[in-house]
Amino acid sequence: MPVIKREALPIQNETDIVKVRQVVRNWSVEFRFGLVDQTKLITAASEIARNTFYYGKGGSLQMEALQENSRVGLRLIFEDHGPGIPNIELAMTDGYTSGTGLGMGLPGAKRLSNEFEISSKVGEGTRVTITKWKGH
Amino acid sequence: MDRIPILRLGNILLVTIQIDMHDRLAMALQEDLTEQIVKVQAKGVLIDISALDIIDSFMGRMFASVAAMSRVLDARTVVVGMQPAVAITLVELGMSLPGIQTALNIDQGLALLEKFQAKGGQSRARYQA
Amino acid sequence: MALIPVTKDKNQEVPSDNRLYGFLERNEVILIDGWMRDMRNSLTRREDLISEKDLRKESTNFVRLLREGIQSGNFQDIEKPEWTDVRSMLTDLSQSRAEAGFSPSETVMFIFSFKQPLYQELRKEFEKDPETLASEFRNVITILDRFVLFVSEAYQKTRDAIISRQQQELLELSTPVVQLWEGILALPMIGTLDSARTQTAMEALLQQIVETGSQIAIIDITGVPTVDTLVAQHLIKTVTAARLMGADCIISGIRPQIAATIVHLGLDLGNVTTKANLADAFVVALQRTGKKLSSNVEAA
Repeated sequence: MPVIKREALPIQNETDIVKVRQVVRNWSVEFRFGLVDQTKLITAASEIARNTFYYGKGGSLQMEALQENSRVGLRLIFEDHGPGIPNIELAMTDGYTSGTGLGMGLPGAKRLSNEFEISSKVGEGTRVTITKWKGH
Repeated sequence: MDRIPILRLGNILLVTIQIDMHDRLAMALQEDLTEQIVKVQAKGVLIDISALDIIDSFMGRMFASVAAMSRVLDARTVVVGMQPAVAITLVELGMSLPGIQTALNIDQGLALLEKFQAKGGQSRARYQA
Repeated sequence: MALIPVTKDKNQEVPSDNRLYGFLERNEVILIDGWMRDMRNSLTRREDLISEKDLRKESTNFVRLLREGIQSGNFQDIEKPEWTDVRSMLTDLSQSRAEAGFSPSETVMFIFSFKQPLYQELRKEFEKDPETLASEFRNVITILDRFVLFVSEAYQKTRDAIISRQQQELLELSTPVVQLWEGILALPMIGTLDSARTQTAMEALLQQIVETGSQIAIIDITGVPTVDTLVAQHLIKTVTAARLMGADCIISGIRPQIAATIVHLGLDLGNVTTKANLADAFVVALQRTGKKLSSNVEAA
């Protein structure tokens, strides 16, 4: 699937979470997503970025704009080399809280996106990919 | 670090959030509000979020903490000006903002706070989120 | 003009690309005159939508670009680079035809009607050589047919985009939110609801709630015969969102069939107030927003 724009952002400190929101906002405005879709995407990004920083001990975000026929989508790939999630199924249930007392916003982020993928290995890290298609 | 200013209207504190807060700033706001409620013996806290274009789970929890804290200190918190896109997203996210009263704008928020005060602090709020 | 290596037509020595190229070059004016004439005489001409001058420009352009592409000898695959210019020109043509309101057949006739004058001139050119005539004609028809399909698809894509856009505009126009009283809005929904329409209507309602500062919104579905899961879920989500914002909703006009559907689907309306009709809902709304706050504001 053709990637028509690409950008990488570090998630190394707390202010980077705000930066992530800003960049996702700018991109969703640039690609003319509707207001509700924008809000959902920025919120989902904020949830996962926060996860990447606090739980994953820092990582990065790779943003891609995709074009498939007349469909336009934004794909966000969050990656960290933190402790990894021992029980993904559990983490994906609502109400699950990790040791720090922060609910992991993953199930919420999944509901706000069109596509959601997560892979994680204990001791190696986690990758979460979300995609939102314009008009969906 | 810049802190978010808190205004005082009689025995009500008013906060207008106009920037995309990073986590530490949000926590600082929570501390400042608690401090101010005690200091001025506030009966109500009005948080204007009409300029916020997103509320994620962290911010939601922060508002819930402020509401809970102020309740303990015999004050009420009302969040005003939530944008439709934010509300729709919160519903999708599954966040219900427990314990938080909301109103459409500052006027209605003040009216709600007045109602609480008139009832002597007993909650008869019609629009509990 | 350099000879481009090409698979030779097995009966001929001279590669066909150059022959056709020359033929098209020499007969350009005659071909275009014949083409224009045929188009003029057909029912698909649409003089109201495109002038002779413009049409002639397009035709000339096409013949010239066709000529260039033919040099490659590739009469099969229009995706190859040698045909990029033609594809580009035809894409623009299909798009502008679609937007101007040409029908699919009127658009496609542009290329179709080239075949007849083309054959007439080819026949004259290769009068003495029927085998060559046959193979050249076969080549050029093959490529023209590929382009006919191409135009048809490009046209369709544009039509789809236009329809999509029109639907969205219509959706936005057809969701009237009415202000019944100060602080009370009503959204009468009529007809069969689909997910997209319901979503647009609900977003418009929430937006109006904010803009007018109305604390009560009545969603009236008297005019809605049936409701499916998605629509019902949208309604419930809207009520939840309105409450999060500091307003509330009353749903009125739930028909018995819809009530049955909701129960059957196991959907929980929670403590959403429902009323049999809009008038009753209005009364409740007035009570709730009345200046005199009674201590018991439960719905009647």
